Amino acid sequence: MLKKIKHLWHILRQLSGDDAYDQYLKHHAEFHQSTVDAPAALTRKEFYKLWQDNKWKGISRCC
Amino acid sequence: MTQYLKLFLWFAVALLGAFAVSGIALNRGESINALWLITAAVCIYAIAYRFYAAWIAAKVLVLDETRATPAERLNNGRDFIPTNKWIVFGHHFAAIAGPGPLIGPTLAAQFGYLPGTLWILIGAVLGGAVQDMVTLFFSTRRNGRSLGQMARDEIGVVGGSAALVGTFLIMIILIAVLGLVVVNAMKHSPWATSTVAATIPIAMIIGLYMRNIRPGRVLEASVIGVVLLLLSVWLGGWIDHHQDLRPLFDHGGVPLAYAIILYGFAAAVLPVWLLLAPRDYLSTFMKLGTILLLAVAIVILRPEIHMPAVTQFVDGTGPIFGGKLFPFVFITIACGAISGFHALISSGTTPKLLSNERDIRMIGYGGMLLESFVAIMAMIAATVLDPGVFFAINSPAGVVGAEAADAIAKINSWGFAVTVEQMQQLAKDMGESTLFARTGGAPSLAVGMASIFGSAFGKDMLAIWYHFAIMFEAIFILTTLDAGTRVGRFMLQDLLGNFNKKLGETSYMPSVIFTSSLVVAGWGYFLYIGVIDPNGGVNILWPLFGIANQLLAAIALCVATGILVKSGKLKFAWVTGLPLTWLVIITTTAAYEKIFSTDVRVGFFAAADDMATKLAAGLLSPEKAAVAPQLIFNQHLDAYLTLFFVIVLWVVIIDMLRLCARYLAGRPVLRLSEVPHEPSRLVENWVRD
Repeated sequence: MLKKIKHLWHILRQLSGDDAYDQYLKHHAEFHQSTVDAPAALTRKEFYKLWQDNKWKGISRCC
Repeated sequence: MTQYLKLFLWFAVALLGAFAVSGIALNRGESINALWLITAAVCIYAIAYRFYAAWIAAKVLVLDETRATPAERLNNGRDFIPTNKWIVFGHHFAAIAGPGPLIGPTLAAQFGYLPGTLWILIGAVLGGAVQDMVTLFFSTRRNGRSLGQMARDEIGVVGGSAALVGTFLIMIILIAVLGLVVVNAMKHSPWATSTVAATIPIAMIIGLYMRNIRPGRVLEASVIGVVLLLLSVWLGGWIDHHQDLRPLFDHGGVPLAYAIILYGFAAAVLPVWLLLAPRDYLSTFMKLGTILLLAVAIVILRPEIHMPAVTQFVDGTGPIFGGKLFPFVFITIACGAISGFHALISSGTTPKLLSNERDIRMIGYGGMLLESFVAIMAMIAATVLDPGVFFAINSPAGVVGAEAADAIAKINSWGFAVTVEQMQQLAKDMGESTLFARTGGAPSLAVGMASIFGSAFGKDMLAIWYHFAIMFEAIFILTTLDAGTRVGRFMLQDLLGNFNKKLGETSYMPSVIFTSSLVVAGWGYFLYIGVIDPNGGVNILWPLFGIANQLLAAIALCVATGILVKSGKLKFAWVTGLPLTWLVIITTTAAYEKIFSTDVRVGFFAAADDMATKLAAGLLSPEKAAVAPQLIFNQHLDAYLTLFFVIVLWVVIIDMLRLCARYLAGRPVLRLSEVPHEPSRLVENWVRD
């Protein structure tokens, strides 16, 4: 039961973009695994701004 | 054994579907139950998804699950991210489902419940869902390229430019008509106006919260926002009963239109995190929650449908909008059956999230089926109302008369029973001063939803439910308005950047203000004219929007058909060619009638001439005479705009046919721009595990 609730919570976070920053950090760590002077990851605030600006540049809502 | 069981099950679904469809189509009795519509819809969707969509996926598009998607190849953790298919489905559905599938069916209910329902079902299954799915597929195979870019790469510069111009114009018309719907819902309704106004500061509070207090915590912020929104509905009721506060929010159409125009400009210029992004979170949660609630309420309640299957207005004399069943039911219901706008989403964000090609069927085809289901629910909400009440709410004063008694007499003369007292009582129950001539579809949908919710969850809260429904519609209409104005601004900046580099910079403030003003002025003009038009404006703008939206769908299907032919799949080209042909027939006929019809309620020129004659003869009342010159100019403008749409449509079609003919004759054509095959490592890993 608890596992199911956790799974649902996970889906809800992914759907809403609540975990977008966590995903980004994960991607950043994986991608720069073998980079020598890896660039620092964006802070939560910087990432949020960039992510929002990107999202609303194109057509993301319809009639 | 299981094979036989499956076969039997699908046979049962087919039988049940056929039974339900014939039930709703052949019933000529008193009334039928809404559950029949739901049953017919679900069975048709299930069969179409299981067989037609699967066939398209396997034989026509040949989805390849071993092929790496753009999300995998170009993964950057930001916009290209391989994502679970249910999550992508959620994003895609939230993006495609807007106010369109709620408003269109409500307006088209003037023909009765049957024509609209059949078109929603058939149109979605053979047209809309196919368009969304193939566009998603072709864009995925091209690194998530937009429809405009694909049109340019595959058909040529002409097709590409047409898609771009079409997108821009449809945006202008769409925003104007949506703005008009909100204005009509707020007109002289302090409760609705204050609630809708409250959504702006609420969105800003949430925006500040997500940016400064708890950056990126979308869920907590949304929960706070939804609670505040519900509070604002309740607070609106309090304001409505407050003697001093009430007049502050009691306005006519024109001041409200100016307020919306000002708001749209602010939303396009302000940073997205402050207004647009938080509003979108709130509207998405509201939208999904309310649609789910409506579905549950309809199933619990199983309401009877009171509208006749087919009304006498199929002959073109309908009060809500003029024009015969063919082609206007197909123009009025665009979203929910086939919507060109979806092609922009299917070739935008969604293909960049797909982790595997096999998900395309569920997301592209399935997503559209769900939107079509929303349209069916809107149709139910409109047709469970007494037809007399439905027409009293939706008929503009210019058609039935401004006085309640005149309107009632006129509606009674059509054979629909309704009384002045009944309408007064209804308005009182809903907490409104009047419900006569509240055109645009939103108020009647809200009354329908309120009566469904009221019956299912308690009758004493009708006014709260009504204003909740208005708030729910307004909040995502305004999201579309904000987002659309912003996209229009970017498109314009992109275009102007070709002439002047500085104007093309999206962060250069003078250019931002200049281009935003142009876009807002564009839709603001149509909104203003719509508000001062005594016939309600919706009857002009909605068909124009429908034509523009179907035009965009036709362009998307042209691109798809062209690609199919060029890929050597001529024998499957009918899959997109069939809906394309139908769209060309209906848009061309509708446009022809809108331009050349001598019926003053259909033809733009006829209406302009009629008004000019009356104005010259001094037959108009002083208020009408004052706005007549503007209305006449607008009718001419609308006629030329329609003409332009049709020309764009035919240019793209001829370009596509020329391309196909060249290909079939073995002459050189633009090469397919598909990205070469690269094996997916995600699948390999999955297999190895």
